Amino acid sequence: MNAYKRPDPAGQPVLQHDRYRSTIRRAPSKPLIVLPHTLTERTGPLFNHDAMGETDHDLTRQHPGEPQGERIIVAGRVIDDNGRSVRHTLVEICQTNAAGRYLHAKDNHPAPLDPNFTGGGRAMTDENGCYRFVTIKPGAYPWRNHINAWRPAHIHFSLFGPAFVTRLITQMYFPGDPLIPLDPVLESIPDEKARQRLVSRFDLDLTEPEWALGYRFDIVLRGRGSTPFEE
Amino acid sequence: MDPAPSGSQTIGPFFHFALTTDEALGCLAGPDAKGERIHLRCRVLDGDGAPVSDAMIELWQADSDGRYNHPEDPRQKSHDPAFRGFGRLATNDEGVSVFETIKPGRVAGLDGALQAPHINLSLFARGLLNRLVTRIYFAGDPANQEDTVLSLAPEDRRDTLLAHPDPQHTGVWRFEVHLCSEHETVFFDV
Repeated sequence: MNAYKRPDPAGQPVLQHDRYRSTIRRAPSKPLIVLPHTLTERTGPLFNHDAMGETDHDLTRQHPGEPQGERIIVAGRVIDDNGRSVRHTLVEICQTNAAGRYLHAKDNHPAPLDPNFTGGGRAMTDENGCYRFVTIKPGAYPWRNHINAWRPAHIHFSLFGPAFVTRLITQMYFPGDPLIPLDPVLESIPDEKARQRLVSRFDLDLTEPEWALGYRFDIVLRGRGSTPFEE
Repeated sequence: MDPAPSGSQTIGPFFHFALTTDEALGCLAGPDAKGERIHLRCRVLDGDGAPVSDAMIELWQADSDGRYNHPEDPRQKSHDPAFRGFGRLATNDEGVSVFETIKPGRVAGLDGALQAPHINLSLFARGLLNRLVTRIYFAGDPANQEDTVLSLAPEDRRDTLLAHPDPQHTGVWRFEVHLCSEHETVFFDV
């Protein structure tokens, strides 16, 4: 089997990004050591579809009542950077409610909690690498990174892929959000095209009449290259 | 043209209600798992030495005989079915997560040599735009001397990759992750 490719650094965030203040006392100050891919890195946890609950992928049906806000469908395909489907992999999401408030004791943004919304979801990709969530459009919220700092509305995505090296946590943004060009978190990715790939697309084909707008968000994980492992 | 991998973004501080609700993921080894059972106490400190109380730690390791339950491992079929190998916990107010597991066996490394027992650790947190990856080795294990990955770390920083036995509590190993400081842990680019 061949080794996993290493991504172009321009498409990945710089770790020390002073405009995102939390990086200053947390991001590494010394260079990372390049780790060759041993069996530990080429393997990783695999999850089972049977572990999914019936409403895990539908964040609007996890409570007795319906949550407040704009119901949306978020769906897409997970592929590797060779264009191949990443099948049967776990996708987890994490987001605020419609008012921009996380269900978290330390989130003190004075916006209402919603008793009918938690903000966590899980799904497995199918044979073609496709996933689908039903949720509520999350709200923008203030944070204390700088004066009048607001995060654009976003959904955190967590994926495993087939190996330890393919693990990814990223964020999905919404098209047309005026906060996107001001966001120090997204800005940490040097390449403009790579930043744009984290912005979902409105998709009329995903949209369901009289029900919910659809947003498409495709995700690319690392794939194998053409050189074999060194063992 | 092939698509480029999606860019990483921070997990942020408020993931607990979605990602770390399952406390069973603190135990990597079921009751019947073979091997030397240990508790691994991981503590994360920032550049000021303050505990990082909003991090998520994930572990990935082989079973007691160095096997992974994964098709890439030629010995997958004989892996220990009682051993999961994956763990995930949030850190607490002291920056600590305590995992229950077994000491891993030796896994094939590069050039056919066996690696010393090790656990891969991924750290996610506010302020980390990409996860940080490090490895946990066991202080005093004679195999550490010949481990090719350990030898990639600068000699004067190699001890940041070692867990140490807790002198007060048998079976407890302690591992500290130091972010961005003089004693900064060696992090790997995988």
